[in-house]
Amino acid sequence: MKRRNLLATAALGLGLALGGGAFAQGMDKVKACFVYVGPIGDGGWTFQHHQGALAVQEAYGDKVEIAWQENVPEGADAERVLTQMALSGCNIIFTTSFGYMDATNAVAAKFPDIKFEHATGYKREHPNVSTYNARFYEGRAVQGHIAGKMTKSNKIGYIASFPIPEVIMGINSYYLHAKKANPNVELSVVWAFTWFDPAKEADAAKALIDQGVDVIASHTDSTAPLAEAAKTNGAVIGFGQASDMAEYKDGPRVSSIIDNWAPYYVKRVGQLMDGTYEQIDAWEGIAGGEVEIGEITDKVPAEVKAEAEAMRDAIAAGTYHPFTGPINKQDGSPWLAEGETAPDGDLLGMSFYVEGIVGDIPK
Amino acid sequence: MLRLEKRPSPSAFWQKASPFLAVILTMIAGGIMFWILGKNPVEAIRTIFWDPLFNAQFASYSRPQLLVKAAPLILIAIGLSLGFRAGVWNIGAEGQYIMGAIFGAAAGLAVYPVESRLIFPAMLMAGALGGWLWAMIPAVLKTVFRTNEILVSLLLVYVAQNILAMMALGALRNPDGGGFPGSRNLSQIPAMANPEMVAGTGMHWGVVAAFMAVIAGHVLLQRHLLGFQIKLAGQAPRAARFAGVSPARLVIFCLGVSGLLAGLAGVFEVTGPAGQISIDFASGYGFTAIIVAFLGRLNPVGILFAGLLMALTYIGGELAQFMLSLPSAAIQAFQGMLLFFLLATDILTNYRIRLSQREAA
Amino acid sequence: MFGSIDPALLLAALMVNSVPIMLAATGELVTEKAGVLNLGVEGMMIMGAMCGFATAVVTGSPLLGFLGGALGALALSLVFGVLTQLLLTNQVATGLALTLFGLGLSSLIGQGYVGIKPPATGKLDLGPLAEIPFLGRALFAHDWMVYVSILLVAGVWWMLTHSRAGLILRAVGESHEAAHALGYKVTRIRFLAILFGGAMAGLGGAYISLVRVPQWTDGITAGAGWIALAIVVFASWRPWRVLAGAYLFGGVTVLQLNLQAAGSAIPVQYLSMAPYLITILVLVIMSSGRGKAALNAPACLGQNFHASR
Repeated sequence: MKRRNLLATAALGLGLALGGGAFAQGMDKVKACFVYVGPIGDGGWTFQHHQGALAVQEAYGDKVEIAWQENVPEGADAERVLTQMALSGCNIIFTTSFGYMDATNAVAAKFPDIKFEHATGYKREHPNVSTYNARFYEGRAVQGHIAGKMTKSNKIGYIASFPIPEVIMGINSYYLHAKKANPNVELSVVWAFTWFDPAKEADAAKALIDQGVDVIASHTDSTAPLAEAAKTNGAVIGFGQASDMAEYKDGPRVSSIIDNWAPYYVKRVGQLMDGTYEQIDAWEGIAGGEVEIGEITDKVPAEVKAEAEAMRDAIAAGTYHPFTGPINKQDGSPWLAEGETAPDGDLLGMSFYVEGIVGDIPK
Repeated sequence: MLRLEKRPSPSAFWQKASPFLAVILTMIAGGIMFWILGKNPVEAIRTIFWDPLFNAQFASYSRPQLLVKAAPLILIAIGLSLGFRAGVWNIGAEGQYIMGAIFGAAAGLAVYPVESRLIFPAMLMAGALGGWLWAMIPAVLKTVFRTNEILVSLLLVYVAQNILAMMALGALRNPDGGGFPGSRNLSQIPAMANPEMVAGTGMHWGVVAAFMAVIAGHVLLQRHLLGFQIKLAGQAPRAARFAGVSPARLVIFCLGVSGLLAGLAGVFEVTGPAGQISIDFASGYGFTAIIVAFLGRLNPVGILFAGLLMALTYIGGELAQFMLSLPSAAIQAFQGMLLFFLLATDILTNYRIRLSQREAA
Repeated sequence: MFGSIDPALLLAALMVNSVPIMLAATGELVTEKAGVLNLGVEGMMIMGAMCGFATAVVTGSPLLGFLGGALGALALSLVFGVLTQLLLTNQVATGLALTLFGLGLSSLIGQGYVGIKPPATGKLDLGPLAEIPFLGRALFAHDWMVYVSILLVAGVWWMLTHSRAGLILRAVGESHEAAHALGYKVTRIRFLAILFGGAMAGLGGAYISLVRVPQWTDGITAGAGWIALAIVVFASWRPWRVLAGAYLFGGVTVLQLNLQAAGSAIPVQYLSMAPYLITILVLVIMSSGRGKAALNAPACLGQNFHASR
């Protein structure tokens, strides 16, 4: 568990002074609201958040009421949607995309009695704003290991969305562990410059396959890359992203990273009810159950599967950190010394490739 | 057999009454859709049309938000309507809107953290320039090479979106943002912010500009020679040429004005409601404004009402989504229906429906 | 700079990539030739993608799936036809409203279909042709819809230039008053052209959800309809140029992704803008070189017609 509790910081000191009473008191009935950036039917990012919302309903039955709004653009509309939610009597509002960061903080200032939870951001300007994220790079490490072991052409691919730290972190983790498993491995990255465009994602996968890549990971939202890999009759494998994508289990999908927000959502709403709710900056991974490694299929040899699962368990137990030195940056300058693990700050702002990756990050 | 008969002059009654008829028809058709989806149709309709205006819990907030949401649509639509009247097809206002926001934000951030009263006006000028320049690409290609402006303006939207992503990730990225994409929040920098002028009214400079554009558009079309030339070029291009209207000048003017206004809308949004340049800054205003322009019959006052009505369906639709758990797709379909009915009932203004004795020709 | 990119594979990829926009653009071309501007291509495509997917899943037949996709989009274009032809609504606004409506409706219908795999669309066995070195892999190893789409372009070209029906269609688009005076039923002909455009857009959409990305998700067409509209203009309303335009756009898209995958030194951000910029550039060159090329738009495009007597 790597949760950083901000109780000690000055920010929360202020929070206790302002709203101490409300924080300590429990609630009998909670209205939990969710703001989604995409449609629930995207089968990926938003779908998984909604699963988490439904889990809250299931866990507490009629003691909670859930409400949500999908397809909320990140620009000018977010602040209005949040304000209207706050006015409608929500007690806690989860804003599930990075782009809602400033709107979340702005609205939180106006409604000090309502709790706001912002996913993947870093701003907590008010005592009623918490942030949460998942350590997806932990899952990428396991994927990288499988990729390195499974590739026959020694070429592995990665379909990336936008060059933001979250994505770059995933690429680095994937590459480092593939390289560790197979020193001859080469990584090709294709930037799609979109989160969701199935046809383009399929084209990107095709381009990688045409280049001889036989293991594809993706950091875009649809299952299109797997569907493209499925056309090769088993020559190319890939991973489920965000959701399990189990429908490709008998085909190219050998494992997956599942975003599982349910434990966090259930926990936070529960804390609000029993009065133990506090402002936090949560960044949990495999250990907290937020990042799940989907079933590793029989396509993967038993020993590789065992290694991958051992790595997963070591990460969960806290005995292994995917970014453990020595690691150099792409230009050869040292980043982490022998045995040193990456500080969270470095990861959250990551804007460089590690040594060995060819190509530039788009600027 | 039903037959349409053209009225000698448009019916003043139906001109006013047809939008109301359309809304009633939409309520019926939409109600049926909501009922099929398992929701209470009366409640859904009330939430969309009534609650944003009169609900005790929300209305004091939602009502001014109508202005905020409608302002960019109106501003862009006014510019587009001039071109559409003249037969100049700018489909790419979305791109001009994005470029306006980028230019405006860049101008402001270039002098950060200087505080001066001159910065905001300078940003507006830069934004207008950005939108204007982006519109000049199709305009110049059209006048020099006769390249079709629909294609150029439309494809430039995608180019602008790419530039937007580059800016959010690169040149305009907040240096204090820990590597995350997105610029500084302009609405939190006093010299660059475009806040509400009076709290709780929704009025910001963009709303003021939208109202001014409505007036200016009205005056231009009713009182000015250029307005006459625009109308003439659209209705009778050959006659316009004989009357000495230069088609090239008109293309430059119409695309220029629509680009300029779209660019301005972009700055007002990026300094106000949106607050920052981010990858997802663009939210389709440029395309929705095309609908607003036509719903308003390309008439500035009509556009004002059309913009407000669109804004109402957006805000009411948002309320309906989270109050009643309606999928956003149902709201989209509902908006589509409303537009269909608004467009269809307009026929009553210009035509009479007659039961004809003999077979229609 | 093209280092490790195999031209045969590139050609093969671009042929598949271009099918949806080519089909939709060919349909829109016929609609526009009749003088009707339908900006609802995106909405019709996604309805085709949804209905095609649903039909294929339910019946297990990709062929019926394509048929279902065409019919679904045709039904939506019927709405457009009724509004613009009978109720004389503005075509631009109606088309945009159609896109909004189609996006919403397809998502509502599609809620039960997320995460399902459709039946596979078979490859056409061209026997010895597929064995030809280079050309075999590039041209003769595709699913049958790739060839059908090319045949449809050829058919539309023949229909427009060599048949009486095409002549009438063009006459209606060039001057509906004159066509009406000659006794042609302008409204009926336009209606048929709109329905054809709808069905073709539906086929294009179904190709996305059944072949290119065999799955259904909300918003799966992701703007392909807008590109199809641009391609019609690019083609100056000529069928073979639609094919060329779709191949150009699709080709540059595929090429830029391949260049990235091959580790090209060209910055990604320029590569990802390339399809749009190059399409504009080629059109500029064509329209400046051949003078009249850009002025080939049907004269009555976007204007409504009402027979006063």
